[in-house]
Amino acid sequence: MLRLPRALYLQMVAHCITGLPEEACGVLAGDPVSGTVDRLYPTRNEAASARVYTVESRDLLQADRDAERSGTQLIGVFHSHTHTDAYPSPTDVDQAPDPSWHYVVVSLRDSHPVVRSYRIGGGLVEEESVVVLGQAAVAVAV
Amino acid sequence: MAVAVDVRLPTVLRSQAGGQSIVTVKASTIGDVLRELVSEFPGMSGQLLNDDGSLHRFVNVYVNDDDVRYLESLETPVREGDEVSLLPAVAGG
Repeated sequence: MLRLPRALYLQMVAHCITGLPEEACGVLAGDPVSGTVDRLYPTRNEAASARVYTVESRDLLQADRDAERSGTQLIGVFHSHTHTDAYPSPTDVDQAPDPSWHYVVVSLRDSHPVVRSYRIGGGLVEEESVVVLGQAAVAVAV
Repeated sequence: MAVAVDVRLPTVLRSQAGGQSIVTVKASTIGDVLRELVSEFPGMSGQLLNDDGSLHRFVNVYVNDDDVRYLESLETPVREGDEVSLLPAVAGG
């Protein structure tokens, strides 16, 4: 399960919308056991593309260092799909760097953003629930 | 001239290094650093270097704040006190 505070959820979706027409991306830091995100780092898309993304390498280093300084660690990545479902593409599966991470896809294909999260390892994709933490927690995907 | 360099490992590589998050190797270039790591921790071999000895595209290697791909790649020199960081390249489609 991925647990995202509402403010970070909104920041993530806003970063994806701002990145249009290209894919946008960023990394998530938090508690690897509970899957609770406490820091979100919007990053540049080094690929500058509507079809692929690469988290800009220096942004990634800064995020990793900041997370470590804060006593936490990177636990996942998010990126947008501008014209397709919120489901990992074959490229996402092939290049998933860490099986312990959460892989969030934000689809902007329809009028409302669709946010889903997955665990990816050994070529296998398993969807997990996303819970937005606010005054009343709202499950946005199962 | 080889110097002792601290290398920060990402979570995904720590299990190959007995759980250590920082290891120290003796090296004079980034290529040396990676070859030393592979020699000491053979489980890292396919994740750092390709069969032809070039830098694997799914790993980011930094000297202090700089990605070595923007420096001299494997020929980038390391000096006393430099910190080398490895992170998985994060990319997809």
